[in-house]
Amino acid sequence: MRYLLLIFLIFCIYIFYEGLKKDPKIIPSNLIYKKIPDFYIKGYDNSEFSVQDLQNKNVKIVNFFASWCPPCRIEHEQLKDLSQTVDLFGVAKKNKMIDLSLWLGELGNPYKRIGMDYQGLTSIEWGVYGLPETFVIDKDGIIKYRHVGPIMKRDLSKIKNIIESLR
Amino acid sequence: MKYFFLFFFIFCFEIKAIEPDEILENKELEKIAKEIGKELRCLVCQNEDIENSNADIAKDLRLLVRKKLSLGESKKEIIDFIHSKYGDFILFSPPIRIDTAGLWALPIFFFIIITCLFFRQKR
Repeated sequence: MRYLLLIFLIFCIYIFYEGLKKDPKIIPSNLIYKKIPDFYIKGYDNSEFSVQDLQNKNVKIVNFFASWCPPCRIEHEQLKDLSQTVDLFGVAKKNKMIDLSLWLGELGNPYKRIGMDYQGLTSIEWGVYGLPETFVIDKDGIIKYRHVGPIMKRDLSKIKNIIESLR
Repeated sequence: MKYFFLFFFIFCFEIKAIEPDEILENKELEKIAKEIGKELRCLVCQNEDIENSNADIAKDLRLLVRKKLSLGESKKEIIDFIHSKYGDFILFSPPIRIDTAGLWALPIFFFIIITCLFFRQKR
């Protein structure tokens, strides 16, 4: 009995120790391995942007961002890099058209298409809780990976590997 | 001055993050909306419910809850929808499943062990 308790105690310590390594700010996505959620919003080019636009047989990235979000500025260079190898779509959360066009004018526009999520409802559909967030979607329209926070240079190789493995 | 404080205390009995323009006119629905809001955790501040959180996402969720309620959806439907998007983390009380069994069973397990130890020492 005594040894059993000891083993149990060590097991508990191990679990807590592993738990300490996790970042509590990063909440696992509930949409991984699920189909992209249905949405229908206005596009940056004034036509509509919907789930149909993401239905083609390519690996793609969907990036939730906004011109008012400072970390989005940090990841912009990395998005440009990624957009050279893969289709990059953007959803601008609660962004005015004018602010967005100024922002893209300054930093460049790596997005194939951008949707305007004025009310933040599409972000909720995708389970987004902070900006920026980035989703990697495979050929069949299944979400395979989500990155929370800005994509830094050190994250690039990991994301590129994921994209390669899905091709 | 006395009247100022009187005025001040009369109007500060309930301080919540919820903003006046969010409140539904229908009192019954607003009551349900508050109940739902109390069961959902804010994902940014993490130990606050969305009813009491100032975070942007909490406000969006409060508005969504109220919008869906006005469209006639039930409390369970709304919670299930938000749960399906954000996962178990958003619920203050996690559902009982095989992978959460430990979470629910451990306190009982500890209780039994401690009671056993307690009575054994007495003898």
